[in-house]
Amino acid sequence: MSLRIDQDHSRFRNIVRGRIRQNLRKYISKGELLGRQGKDIVSIPIPQIDIPKLRFGDKQQGGVAQGDGDPGDPLSANPQDGDGEGQAGDQAGDHPLEVELTLDELADILGEELELPNIENKGKNAIIDKKDRYIGVRNVGPNSLRHFKRTFRSALRRQIALGTYDPKRPVIIPTRDDMRYKSWKTEEEPVANAVILYMMDVSGSMGDEQKEIVRIESFWIDTWLRKQYKGIETRFIIHDAAAREVDRDTFFRTRESGGTMISSAYRLAAEIIAHDYPSATWNIYPFHFSDGDNWSVDDTLLCVDILKKLLLPASNVFCYGQVDSPYGSGQFIKDLREHFSDDEQLITSEINDRDAIVESIREFLGKGK
Amino acid sequence: MAQFALKTALPNYLRDEQLRIEEFARGVGLDFFPTIFEVLSYEQMNEIAAYGGFPTRYPHWRWGMEYERLSKSHEYGLSKIYELVINNNPAIAYLLEGNSLVDQKLVMAHVYGHIDFFKNNFCFQMTSQGRDARDGADVRKWIDGMANHGAIVRKWANRIGIETVELFIDACLSLENLIDPQKPFLPKDLSPKTSEEEAEPETPEVPLLRVDREYMESFINPEEFVESQKQKLAQEAEQAQRFPTEPERDVLGFLLENAPLQRWERECLAVVRAEAYYFLPQMQTKIMNEGWASYWHSRLMTESICDASEIVDYAERCASVLATAPGQLNPYKLGIELFRHIEDRWNRGQFGKEWDECDDWELRRHWDRRTGLGREKIFEVRSLYNDVTFIDEFLTEDFVLDQKLYAFGYNERNDRWEIESRTFGDVKKQLLTSLTNAGNPIISVLDANHGNRSELLLEHTHQGADLRLDWAKEVTKALSRVWTRPVEIHTVVDEKPTALRYDGRDYSQKTL
Repeated sequence: MSLRIDQDHSRFRNIVRGRIRQNLRKYISKGELLGRQGKDIVSIPIPQIDIPKLRFGDKQQGGVAQGDGDPGDPLSANPQDGDGEGQAGDQAGDHPLEVELTLDELADILGEELELPNIENKGKNAIIDKKDRYIGVRNVGPNSLRHFKRTFRSALRRQIALGTYDPKRPVIIPTRDDMRYKSWKTEEEPVANAVILYMMDVSGSMGDEQKEIVRIESFWIDTWLRKQYKGIETRFIIHDAAAREVDRDTFFRTRESGGTMISSAYRLAAEIIAHDYPSATWNIYPFHFSDGDNWSVDDTLLCVDILKKLLLPASNVFCYGQVDSPYGSGQFIKDLREHFSDDEQLITSEINDRDAIVESIREFLGKGK
Repeated sequence: MAQFALKTALPNYLRDEQLRIEEFARGVGLDFFPTIFEVLSYEQMNEIAAYGGFPTRYPHWRWGMEYERLSKSHEYGLSKIYELVINNNPAIAYLLEGNSLVDQKLVMAHVYGHIDFFKNNFCFQMTSQGRDARDGADVRKWIDGMANHGAIVRKWANRIGIETVELFIDACLSLENLIDPQKPFLPKDLSPKTSEEEAEPETPEVPLLRVDREYMESFINPEEFVESQKQKLAQEAEQAQRFPTEPERDVLGFLLENAPLQRWERECLAVVRAEAYYFLPQMQTKIMNEGWASYWHSRLMTESICDASEIVDYAERCASVLATAPGQLNPYKLGIELFRHIEDRWNRGQFGKEWDECDDWELRRHWDRRTGLGREKIFEVRSLYNDVTFIDEFLTEDFVLDQKLYAFGYNERNDRWEIESRTFGDVKKQLLTSLTNAGNPIISVLDANHGNRSELLLEHTHQGADLRLDWAKEVTKALSRVWTRPVEIHTVVDEKPTALRYDGRDYSQKTL
């Protein structure tokens, strides 16, 4: 049952979308949405979508109320908050509006705003999904699938052919043979699966702010890739001098103090891929975040070796994000750029502060791979 | 729309209740329009509530926003709309499907109070569209009126695009509250001044004091006095040159008549203005209207409608309607108590010169002249007052004390809202301030040819509270959208006279 209000409601939703798009950069750099994530939806506070009018300022006017208390006593809550029972629609209330959006919609908005291209499927379609589509017409079927137009047409055709059609009294009576029904066909649809491998340096030089940046960025990467692929998995690897696989929570919370051997993480990533995600059937997205401080030149060379031989051939794209930290030398990104200057499969990005997150997302995902 | 026509008929058991309650209501002297009750599912209720009670209103996104808000808070169990009643003849009231019978009865009793108020309170006379020629009945076909508005807006939306129309309506709605509450009661100046009358701008004589002896001239009318009189004249002449000659509070009306609008813009603006005036009385009488309806639901329910098994359920519901919370004025509570207070005073003869002049506390406390005029008085009050005059005339010191009323305000130093005072004077002043002009700032058009550049100048009559500036900025933009020329609002910001100006491209805020 569709309501009349649906039209107004959908226009309102469009305005909300526009408003979110306008403020998207702010939402991204503040990381506000992370705490508001449900299973498939995020709830987004939208400031001031109401119609502005000439009104008195917020704290200019007091009011009158009833109850106990002496002059000078504080009122328990903000008096303008909340509205009691009342007639509907005559007062809007001052709350910021909370709008719920599916992650899918959010990804759309992200894509529009950052002009992200859709990802070209690499043709790794080993997994097959079955789907019914209504594309045909048959002579038999359940009444709920009646095809009025086609039924009418065949009845008309029959009556004209038999000469029983009277244009002055155009009554069409379908017989059983005239009935047409929609029919469906089961199609096999290849499903593209993808895995995101997050790797992060948790050595002493990565501070809380650096990790927060990684957390925010990974939320948006997740959102976008989830939109692109139906089934998506995420794996998390942390490393200092040694690497290990952890769950999401641990990934963002762990803090170690050891040194940094990036090759350990790459080696583990390569193992996970070899073991669980054959590159023939999986789209693989390794993301590595670090402050760019590696233990030794030898280790860096080892990393380059693993990348060239194992990771790059298996992955759609390999992304390296370097977070600026007061302790790191930031050398690693230069090394990578030197070794892979002409390889489009390896994307590097420097994330100096939260405001740079947007740009870095665009660099990572803007290639459409 | 079909669903409304088909599914909302009142079931028989409610129909019976309606007839019963209508009889009781008539019995106590309530005088109402014929009333149609409809039963709605909560989705329909939210929809109609979002449309302000009119399922046929013009399309606009803000109904969608309201709908989202209502549905959310309904789904989360934060609020529930029990009833909605429309000032129309016949009156339409909506009941929520699935409410308990006691609730439905309560709502019906409450609704008859509202409709009596709609029909008889003087503020609502302005929503009357005339008298029926046959039976003299008050014509209020607002359901049709709103549907016509909807048709107008839809027509233009189809022709030139919903986005364009909606953007313009947004601008008009920003100005929605800039209307003149007194306007509907002013005599309409039907005869426009003929050009003949204006044709003779005779130079007026400088008014001087009468001098009997010529030699006294320079003493009675000294040079400076003559000069000041001349200046005054010049000022008046300048004022007369201005347009409008008097500050115009009906900003929407002024724009409608004088802004260079296209036909579709004019029609849309007229729709917004007509609806703003329609809803105005409800804002001017919130306390009285809810108080009156609560007074009658309470009497009818306890005296006639409820049986013993229902009274506890009723009492619980009624108590939640009348509940108070810190920092929030409950108009239901204040209204009902004040009506009861008035009734009690007039029943006991606590009015008139003798009563006013008596300052013996003991005497006043036991004052009872057995005048029994209470019922009569409250009916008179419901006809002749609005919230401002209601409070101004009937709020008494005893009442403020009894009802524990207090004035509160924001304490900058402590960064919190605090109770400021419990004295009668402060409470009354604060209450009247917040009710004046239905809580809106007083804005008038001063000059339509400001700076001789056909710019629009508006003035905010500052009465202690500043405007909310971020919104004021948007409003200047909306104004200049309608006026099509730069716009300026003179107001006071932090005790300094300030001009807020939008010239079509830039916004500026300058101290004058």
